[in-house]
Amino acid sequence: MSVFTIEAFLAILGLVLLMLEAFAPDISRRTIAAVSIAGAALALVLFLTVVSSDTASLPGFLRPWMALDSLAMFYKGLALVITLIVLWLTHECAPYVSKYTVDGRVTELFSIPLIVCSGMMWMAAAQDLVTVFVALELVTVSFYVLVAFARKSSLALEAGVKYLILGALSTGVLIFGIAWTYGATGSLSYEGISKALALSSTAKAPALLGAAFLLAGLCFKVAAAPFQSWVPDVYQGAPIPVTTFLSVGSKAAGFVVLTRVVDAFLVEGSIIGSEVKALLLILGALTVLLGSLPAMFQQSVKRLLGYSSISHAGYLVLALACHDSIRSELSSGGIVAFYLGTYLPMTVLAFLVLAILRVNGGGEDIRDFRGLGKRSPLLALAMTIALASLAGLPLTAGFMGKLFVFISLADQAYWGALVCAAIGAAAGFYYYFRAIVAIHSSDSGLASQPLTVNTASKAGAIVLSVAIIVLGVYPKPLQKILVKDAPVAVKAH
Amino acid sequence: MSPLEIVILLPILAALAVWLGAPARATSVGTAVLNLLIVLGLVWQFKSASAGKAGFAYESARVVLDNPAIAFAVGADGVSLILALLTALVTFAAVWQISPEKPGIYHIASQLIAGGAFGAFLCTDVFFLYAFHELALIPTLLMIANYGHGDDEHRKAAAWKTTVYLGAGSLVLLAGLAWVVLEFSGGEKLTFDLTALKAQAAATPLPAAQQATMAFVLLLGFGTLVSLFPLHSWAAPAYASAPTPVAMLHSGVLKKFGLYGLLRIALPLLPQGFQAEWVQQALLYMLLGNILIMGFVTIHQKRLDDVLANSSVMHMGYIFLGLAAGTEIALRGAVLLMFAHGISIALLFALAGRLRSQLGTLELSKLGGLASHAPVFTVIFAFGAFASIGLPGLANFAGEVMVFIGCFTTFGVTSFGPLQWTVAIALWGVVMSAVYMLRAYRSIFQGAATTGLFMKDPALSQRVPLILLAAVLLIAGCCPWLLLGLMKTDLATVAEAASTAVQGAAKAAAGTAH
Repeated sequence: MSVFTIEAFLAILGLVLLMLEAFAPDISRRTIAAVSIAGAALALVLFLTVVSSDTASLPGFLRPWMALDSLAMFYKGLALVITLIVLWLTHECAPYVSKYTVDGRVTELFSIPLIVCSGMMWMAAAQDLVTVFVALELVTVSFYVLVAFARKSSLALEAGVKYLILGALSTGVLIFGIAWTYGATGSLSYEGISKALALSSTAKAPALLGAAFLLAGLCFKVAAAPFQSWVPDVYQGAPIPVTTFLSVGSKAAGFVVLTRVVDAFLVEGSIIGSEVKALLLILGALTVLLGSLPAMFQQSVKRLLGYSSISHAGYLVLALACHDSIRSELSSGGIVAFYLGTYLPMTVLAFLVLAILRVNGGGEDIRDFRGLGKRSPLLALAMTIALASLAGLPLTAGFMGKLFVFISLADQAYWGALVCAAIGAAAGFYYYFRAIVAIHSSDSGLASQPLTVNTASKAGAIVLSVAIIVLGVYPKPLQKILVKDAPVAVKAH
Repeated sequence: MSPLEIVILLPILAALAVWLGAPARATSVGTAVLNLLIVLGLVWQFKSASAGKAGFAYESARVVLDNPAIAFAVGADGVSLILALLTALVTFAAVWQISPEKPGIYHIASQLIAGGAFGAFLCTDVFFLYAFHELALIPTLLMIANYGHGDDEHRKAAAWKTTVYLGAGSLVLLAGLAWVVLEFSGGEKLTFDLTALKAQAAATPLPAAQQATMAFVLLLGFGTLVSLFPLHSWAAPAYASAPTPVAMLHSGVLKKFGLYGLLRIALPLLPQGFQAEWVQQALLYMLLGNILIMGFVTIHQKRLDDVLANSSVMHMGYIFLGLAAGTEIALRGAVLLMFAHGISIALLFALAGRLRSQLGTLELSKLGGLASHAPVFTVIFAFGAFASIGLPGLANFAGEVMVFIGCFTTFGVTSFGPLQWTVAIALWGVVMSAVYMLRAYRSIFQGAATTGLFMKDPALSQRVPLILLAAVLLIAGCCPWLLLGLMKTDLATVAEAASTAVQGAAKAAAGTAH
């Protein structure tokens, strides 16, 4: 079966639901939510059947622009999973989100993510910069709507404006980079670009200029320096489900493109290889520091998670800079994918707990977490696990991802970047630990009544906590999925 | 499934059960008793289990990652078994003495620390060895921050100081361990398996200068965790403000992880590095700082918890001395001393916790004359205090004597060098221990109860853990061979590597002199 069918199905379903919103406004939120969640679940099931029976294929007209390697399949799966989770989270959060929306309607929050999902899935397989650009814009433009959705909240409006302006600017930068790259290499496909870059006859300066702008533009999508400043404000202003979607989905989609672009730039014998590596190292180290250091002074957990998202992006950029680590079974793209796979449960779990607190009328500051251990031991345990994993404590999923990154950096002897990464990790211990201390604080702070948590949220928290621990102590299965990606050249050694 | 895995996982499962609503005290004490029995059984069986094979007994390994090779691998030799026994004993005492009105989090934290400590001592994979120590560290820090003694500000400051020191120490340690893994993995893929790393280290030793730097990084990392002078200043306020079970478990058990790590990783993998002259000299200065400076500091403390907390820092100096000497007898003495110190300091912290909860103060000047009210309590305290001074017949004595003697077994081969001078100075520390411990003992138990503070002996059921720990001190003191017999050849190879390194260095020095 063609994977493209699943993607088209999602986009069409999203459009239909959007139309219903416009032309049949009487349909209840529950119905739309149910259809949307069922559609995403169906897509995930179909996708898994296709993947497990190894029958994934592409229609012929798409073959020049797309390829279904295992990296693409992994990111497609990740996009489906996070979309499904976000739709469910939207359903859970609807009571509080609707307070801030026009007429209390939230139905669009159920249709637009489906469109985003199909964009992300296209992006994962794209082999050509134009395809990438179209998919990327599909995702970004949809996010402009989603971020500013809670229009009655001034924070959301501020977030929307910031996201729109910086997003538009970065799109300009990206397209400028694509143009220069095309000018320098005469090709828009990754294959053509890497072939041209391996030739010594290709002009270096334009290629470098194109690469620099291309990377900078992509840095906006993954929340990396120099386009990272939107993150805390947007995370704070957007509704929690949208923030979750941004921090996992949008970041993953950005990184699959970045992985492929960097792979093309760093092809063996590339004329701009060392410069791109240096650029990535500098950007990565800068991102880690610009994420970790301000995070130490945050009071809002949402902003904290925003800064933490920046620093995680930094580690991933650093991983990409270690292009072909000698002693690792995973390629740098595999390491990034692994990291994002572990990043999903911990981020979602943290936002889920935050959402439950919000639904119960709580705030989003660290002090609102005081006494959570007494109000709901289960949620306190779940949040502790999520934060510990984000901090990269051993035995949690977060440590494994960081371990791979640090090993690659050490293997390549990028000591300066390694030191910056270590500083970021140390700062991470501090700021996540502040939240953990508050959770287990003996005095209950502002609210002391027990939380009402519905069964679905409890089950979600348990599943995600277990996933974090299992990935932390038994990462082999996830790694095995990605090992297939190891380039043939490495296996030949 | 290896019984060691059960020993590690039981406390963690117990903590989870209590968290999710199981009756705290029953679950926790039950688990501690069960674990103590299992560990005693393993000690009993150890001779037959380890007969006829080198390396570890009760081994098992579950691969969690192929490349880099990481496995949940457990195994016990004499050293780790002795420390597991220490963990089981102290955990039992610590959870038993938690009074029923305390919230369940006390039991959860204690069991997590115990599980982490078991894991750290019993895992033979560097990754899990490190990871389990971190697992134990987090509840320790949380408990100090949220449930510690003393006023809010003081407690928070102590907790943050501890977090920063131990966090930084762990990070340095992680860097050191990563360096070891990167250097000694050999071949194509990285491995965290200690046996494989050791084999590679023996097969292709690194140049001595690089070994020295690596050993020093490990010494700083592990040393911070053991409160090696001058990285010690977190320890005293932390123990003074920690809740009693946490103080018992951390000072008694978890702190030994740093020493264990040096003995298990730094000494055997980097023998030339650890015996390098500048590393040795730095270590000797630092441990003298522990013994002399902290000795003086302890003498000037005015509260019992401060005395105990500082004395615990001070006594680490002797164990470091054993590691510095590197001879077999000194290393065996150091392990014995780890065990003895763990039991005695846990006993003393348990007693101090009881005093605090009964009398509301630990100011030495406000206490007095308790011997006539609480004779049993007094006797048990005497066991702990005298053991900690190093009275013959109690466990610490045997360990200290072995360390001191061990420092002289190389004498004759080499001249009366820095090591021997250090022993000569360090012996004065024993006098200082006597001064502060006896003074504390006198001001608490003798004289008249002038201020009207009054307490009775603990109820019979409350005496169980105290008497158990006191009895262990006596048994290990009178029959140290019970424990020493467990360490058959484990340390001989470590000592041998150290002595070859010393002789090699001496030869090289002689060679350049000629």
